[in-house]
Amino acid sequence: MLKKAYDWIDERLNVTPLWRDVADHEVPAHVNPAIKMSAFVYCFGGLTFLVITTQILSGMFLAMYYTPDITNAWYSVRYITDEVLLGNVVRGMHFWGASLVIIMMFLHMLRVFFTGAYKKPREMNWVVGVLIFFVVLGFGFTGYLLPWDQKAYWATAVGAQLAGSIPWIGPYIQTLLLGSHTVGALTLTRFFAIHVFFLPAALLVLLALHFIMIRAQHIAGPL
Amino acid sequence: MSDFQQRASHDEPSGLSRRQFLTYALGGTGAFMASLVAVPFVVETLDPIRRGGANRFVNSGHKVSEFNKTLPQLVEFRAHRDDGWNSADIPSRTWVILQPDGTPLAMSPICTHLGCQVNGTLGPDGKPAPAQDGQWWFHCPCHGSKYTVYGIQSPGSPAPRPLDVHTVKVDEAGYLYLGPLQQRNSSGQVIS
Ligand code: HEM
Ligand code: FES
Repeated sequence: MLKKAYDWIDERLNVTPLWRDVADHEVPAHVNPAIKMSAFVYCFGGLTFLVITTQILSGMFLAMYYTPDITNAWYSVRYITDEVLLGNVVRGMHFWGASLVIIMMFLHMLRVFFTGAYKKPREMNWVVGVLIFFVVLGFGFTGYLLPWDQKAYWATAVGAQLAGSIPWIGPYIQTLLLGSHTVGALTLTRFFAIHVFFLPAALLVLLALHFIMIRAQHIAGPL
Repeated sequence: MSDFQQRASHDEPSGLSRRQFLTYALGGTGAFMASLVAVPFVVETLDPIRRGGANRFVNSGHKVSEFNKTLPQLVEFRAHRDDGWNSADIPSRTWVILQPDGTPLAMSPICTHLGCQVNGTLGPDGKPAPAQDGQWWFHCPCHGSKYTVYGIQSPGSPAPRPLDVHTVKVDEAGYLYLGPLQQRNSSGQVIS
């Protein structure tokens, strides 16, 4: 049945080469942990992507119950945590996953650094990686405000002061970051928009570039 | 003996090729891990289904003895509504008449056609007055649905069923309590 449906589509669109290209792509021996256990360090990039995927999914499901408004945000997060069936699990996935992405991304970066994989011809992919790093830090910074509890409020207040302490342009950056002169309703809507629309869009573009470049340049050779 | 059994008995003791076994094992493990992630999402999404509608009774502020068997009286009350993390007392209205057996009938003023508020027949003093044609007491301003004092729609009305009624309770002091709304069939019997 499934096979028939697949064949029907394949006959018309010739989709087999699309996934064959990925499925038959050989894993080089030096990055295969089945051959040499220590090659597991090459898994960190893929693991980062896996966690980012679960972040996007859990974030989408949180957004069904969350509301970015100063009088309701905290109540909606409490509703997710205390009332919705398994809501605490979905929130927990997003909460712990947020730290896990950063850990995985950092381990991946260390692997690239210590295997010297950033050298010519892969300099551009290192640069894209650094951009991804900043985008992920942006997720953490903007997401932290969303529950609108004490910790969220004061962390953002401190973050804004940091931005404000830049000479000359600091105060302008701070106002634009907060959308206002203090942390408030406009900050919450702004951070929410950045967290769920702007940053995911930027991240997907950057990840696409990252993966296209890896396919074009192959994984760096053994040490 | 079929081809499959022959192969099973001679070449592969288990009846599964090594490649197939690996495909199933990896596929099964992968599906298990993916479902660990997916199950909380599905359950979280289905949460609204397990929440019933409003189930509370609120005091109408009026005693049953204040109502009569001839004409409905308008009662303004506050219906409690829990809506996600919001909870509010919504100003609401209901028309109350005593049925021939003396039990109160509390009718929602929402037309069962498309949801406009129906009007009762009022005299110049603003108090309920007998129906002008002697039969149809509620009139809907939108598409002309007409109802009796018991909320039963006229045969020509676009309204498909009588006005919905509150489940009611009466406490020891005689106060009327209003509960969830219920639908009635065309003979006025509560159906849900
Ligand atoms: C690398 C990706 C991401 C990281 C590091 C991240 C990080 C965070 C953090 C630290 C929080 C605060 C959690 C808490 O204190 O409970 C949060 C909340 C939230 N995030 Fe994300 N996030 C990411 C991706 C996404 C995406 C893609 C979406 C939606 C499309 C999303 C939607 C939300 C929502 C709605 C909340 C508020 C609910 C809550 O606070 O529990 N996130 N995020
Ligand atoms: S809504 Fe009342 S008649 Fe149509």
